[in-house]
Amino acid sequence: MIDRVFGLDLLSALVVLPALAALLLLILPQQKRLVRWVALGLGLGLAALAIEAFRHYQLGDPGAGYALEHSTPWFELLGASWRVGIDGISAVLVLLTGILTPLAILVSWEIEDRVNMHMALLLFFQTGLMGVFVTLDLLTFFLFWELSLVPMYFLINQWGGPGRQYASVKFMIYSLGGSLGFLLATQLVGWAVSAQLGAPSFDMVTLTETWPALANTVGAEFLGIPIETVKAFAFIGFFVAFAIKVPVWPFHTWLPDAHSEAPTAGSMLLAGAMLKLGAYGFLRLVIPLFPDVWVAEVQLPGLPPTNTATLFAVLAMLGVVLGAFAAFAQNDIKRLVAYSSVNHMGFVVLGLAVAAQAWGEQFIAGGTERLQDAILATNGAVLQMFNHGLSSAGMFLLAGAIYHKTHTRDLTQYGGFWVKAPIYGGIFLFTSMASLGLPGLNGFVGEFLIVRGAWPVFTLLTALAMIGLLFTGAYILKGIRCVLHGPFNLRWRDVNLEIEPREALAIAPLLVLMLVTGVAPNWILPVINGSVTRLLGGLAG
Amino acid sequence: MSELALPVLSLIVFIPIVAAVIILFMNGEQRDLVRGVAVAAALAVLLLSLAVYIGYNAQVGEVSANQEALLAGGGPMAATQMFAQGLAYEEHYEWVPSLGIGYHVGVDGLNAPMVLLTGLVAMAGVLVSWRIEDRTREFMAFFLLLVAGVFGVFVSLDMFTLFFFYELAIFPMYLLIATWGWAELRQYASMKLTLYILVGSVVALVGVIAMVLVADGFFRTAEGAAVLQQAIAAGIVSPNSTSFSFDMVNLTLAAEAGAFDAPGYGGVDTLTFARLWFPFIFIGFGVLAGVFPFHNWSPDGHVAAPTAVSMIHAGVLMKLGAYAALRAGVQLLPEGAQVHLPWIVFLTLINVVYGAFIAFRQRDFKYVIGFSSVSHMGLVSMGFATMNVIGMTGAGLQMFSHGAMTALFFGCVGMVYDQAHTRDIPSLGGFVKRMPWVGLAFVIGGLTSMGMPGLSGFVAEYPIFTGMWAASEQITLRAGGLVLSNYYSVIVVLAALGIVITAAYVLRVTGQVFLGEFNASLYPEVGDISITDRVVLLLLGSPLLILGVLPGVMAPMITSGVGPVLAILGGA
Repeated sequence: MIDRVFGLDLLSALVVLPALAALLLLILPQQKRLVRWVALGLGLGLAALAIEAFRHYQLGDPGAGYALEHSTPWFELLGASWRVGIDGISAVLVLLTGILTPLAILVSWEIEDRVNMHMALLLFFQTGLMGVFVTLDLLTFFLFWELSLVPMYFLINQWGGPGRQYASVKFMIYSLGGSLGFLLATQLVGWAVSAQLGAPSFDMVTLTETWPALANTVGAEFLGIPIETVKAFAFIGFFVAFAIKVPVWPFHTWLPDAHSEAPTAGSMLLAGAMLKLGAYGFLRLVIPLFPDVWVAEVQLPGLPPTNTATLFAVLAMLGVVLGAFAAFAQNDIKRLVAYSSVNHMGFVVLGLAVAAQAWGEQFIAGGTERLQDAILATNGAVLQMFNHGLSSAGMFLLAGAIYHKTHTRDLTQYGGFWVKAPIYGGIFLFTSMASLGLPGLNGFVGEFLIVRGAWPVFTLLTALAMIGLLFTGAYILKGIRCVLHGPFNLRWRDVNLEIEPREALAIAPLLVLMLVTGVAPNWILPVINGSVTRLLGGLAG
Repeated sequence: MSELALPVLSLIVFIPIVAAVIILFMNGEQRDLVRGVAVAAALAVLLLSLAVYIGYNAQVGEVSANQEALLAGGGPMAATQMFAQGLAYEEHYEWVPSLGIGYHVGVDGLNAPMVLLTGLVAMAGVLVSWRIEDRTREFMAFFLLLVAGVFGVFVSLDMFTLFFFYELAIFPMYLLIATWGWAELRQYASMKLTLYILVGSVVALVGVIAMVLVADGFFRTAEGAAVLQQAIAAGIVSPNSTSFSFDMVNLTLAAEAGAFDAPGYGGVDTLTFARLWFPFIFIGFGVLAGVFPFHNWSPDGHVAAPTAVSMIHAGVLMKLGAYAALRAGVQLLPEGAQVHLPWIVFLTLINVVYGAFIAFRQRDFKYVIGFSSVSHMGLVSMGFATMNVIGMTGAGLQMFSHGAMTALFFGCVGMVYDQAHTRDIPSLGGFVKRMPWVGLAFVIGGLTSMGMPGLSGFVAEYPIFTGMWAASEQITLRAGGLVLSNYYSVIVVLAALGIVITAAYVLRVTGQVFLGEFNASLYPEVGDISITDRVVLLLLGSPLLILGVLPGVMAPMITSGVGPVLAILGGA
């Protein structure tokens, strides 16, 4: 067991060390080989720390609260502190981020332009992601949430494809615009709670206890407006920020541009890890903080009355179905994979909607009849986050590998590659199947749990989403057909299309995890389950 | 508080003046020698101001604890006591005792950061002016005089010496812009700037003299004389104090005793001195802080000025206005602040949003930064308008953060302009490839400016916005029949628009000037920057990072500085 690294506790080290590693890379001499190897070494070292943190949680009591906690005052004026800790949900995402970063560095071997800066940005990005996943303070959560945008913006803007200017600015403006409401909402929440407690606090645990019960202490009005309205405004602030990041349909339009224009390593981390920030935010903040808003009645014109969680599930269903349709319509391989993220994250959102509905009902009425379904669906959602991280990173790696050889992303220019690149073909097929949700591979486990949990709660919407699953099969088969099968395009006759050993090495850990999780998910599910049960049950008690 | 053998603050003020005089007597042909003397003076001042900052920071805990004890103890002059006992490095000499004028300098939590900021920007300004070949001697001499004036204002605890140094700063500023500025604009801009600031300061001066007279009248009454005697006995004010005094501690005493909010001022029953004069004093100084609609001098002035002067102007001089408005306006006329700040906050909103929008529309690189200062200084005044500890501390942090950031910006603009000879944004591009240091510095400044967490802009803006939320329930605006309450929360939401627009113009400028394609045929000679320029970027960029990561190095100090102001606001 490692407890301290360079005098820092393990989780703080996971946040601080990548940034220091990035600085180190910046001051290294501009020798590409040296920089690449040093970056890889640093990435692997950090991955070892992330695995260590996961193991620490896995070996501990899975039903216990936060592990590896550490707290120091930071910005006392605002009551913000540097408080870190992980539960099962964050442990899984820490592991995912830790694994993906060295693989992204390995894939970035192909970068020739300003290698120091590129590698440094990848590591700096890791700081942002880890910070969000391990922090237990709303203000530092916001800090790392915003900070993670900066390296990704420059990765897309400087090393991206032909449409990189447009894509990077769109990505940045979308994300910043979304964060604006989040910023105001954190201020509103932080200050309202400080008015309640008598001292400012951004501690997430304190917030989840005090903010939902705001009406008990400050009365029916706050800032001269009814308390429900205040909560609804704060909810919208949080919701939009996280919905853009996930992305929830219809907030997804930045994603196809950003993912397809980013360099391969950028796409891997963007789809593999960054989208999880949004879903994690829902789970950690929006669901616990706003139970009453989730089940508040919403009356849309011409429709029967419904509630917020159900509307969220509708958006999830639309994400699944329309994401699949959109992916099917693409002729650009990276855009196809990008839309597949909308499709797959739609399932995560469906699981989250079940959690929101169940927790809201418990908060208002105290009933626990939906608890079991909600735990199943939320377990599925967290596992699906992990799974999607593996498969989308793998798919982007493969798309990048083929782009690097052919310099086109146009699917109609491909065809029959399996003949010339049998290993690539095999890996491509395997990864596609994992993404499709083939039983025996990881995708199936997550989606099954979500559907099983969502069915009793949102029967019709789940059924519609299942139809979307059909189109998931369609676009994945389209991808396989266009790349691997069909007549060979003679344009590539003299091109070596086989996957580079380095790329095969980079995707190998992902393939192993896909298979292991598919066959024996019990290495990870208990970790998730303990914390999800606590989240949905413990808070009710 | 602590007694130091060296008169540190006087050294900080007079070293630049002495250096300026020495430089004027030197041979103008020996440019390197002139530069050497200027750098030596700036370095000495920087180190001294750093020592003052660190020295004061070491006693902040003690000061805050003492403030809490005084507040808890209550008492009729608790706020004045908080102010007087929070001062350190004090020097107090009589100057013209018959007129109540003294030379009184000292620092507390409010001006110690400003002294450090001035030290940093002065050093950076001298270094960035290294390549000035035209009348180097005169340039450096005037620049050091300007620096001395700015330091003088920040450390003065006597309203008369404050004005003395205030005017001392304006005069070399005019000459620097008119002589070494951008040829197309310098005559117009220097005249405009000087007139604006002079008019503002004259209005404020009249207000301050009126204030001193009212305080005099108060201290002559039986009640006032008792207060003064008591304060002398308690050691709060100087033992030689008379009723007529420009000393800020004495004036604070008068303010706390209610001398400025006695009704019936000017024969009108409902009027008080504070109510009538607060807008004149606050906005008179506020002109220099760029308060809308009196901000118009600032973009022209910044653009026309040579790089070092733009740096000190936007970086330090605008804070000087804000600082004086806080000291002479809010601290001395608390009742006026409570009446008037609730509407002045609308002006600050216009500053923030409109300033950012105009910045977005500019084609000239330097105008973008000029208008961005208008926008960011609006946040400082907005922080004052919250009248609570979080918002005011945020305003203090924003003063420091914006100072270093905007000086960094102007440094970057100057370095690009020196090599490209144009500031037209669309014709620049890809400069990060040739000037990676400048590009990195500009990106850090840009991220600070859009309030990116981890940098000082966030640390400053977040409390200002939180303070606005917190003030929302406390502040009600009554104008005629109109009663507005809880409108601060609406203003926060609108001001947040300024952040989005700021992000948009920062991205636009960064994208067009530094990223994108580099046109080697248009700019064949653009290369990396000199070592002095790198030091400039490091001096100004590192505080942004340090403060952003560790707000604890400054926030508690500023909180202790605003303590007396808030105490007097609460008691008024």
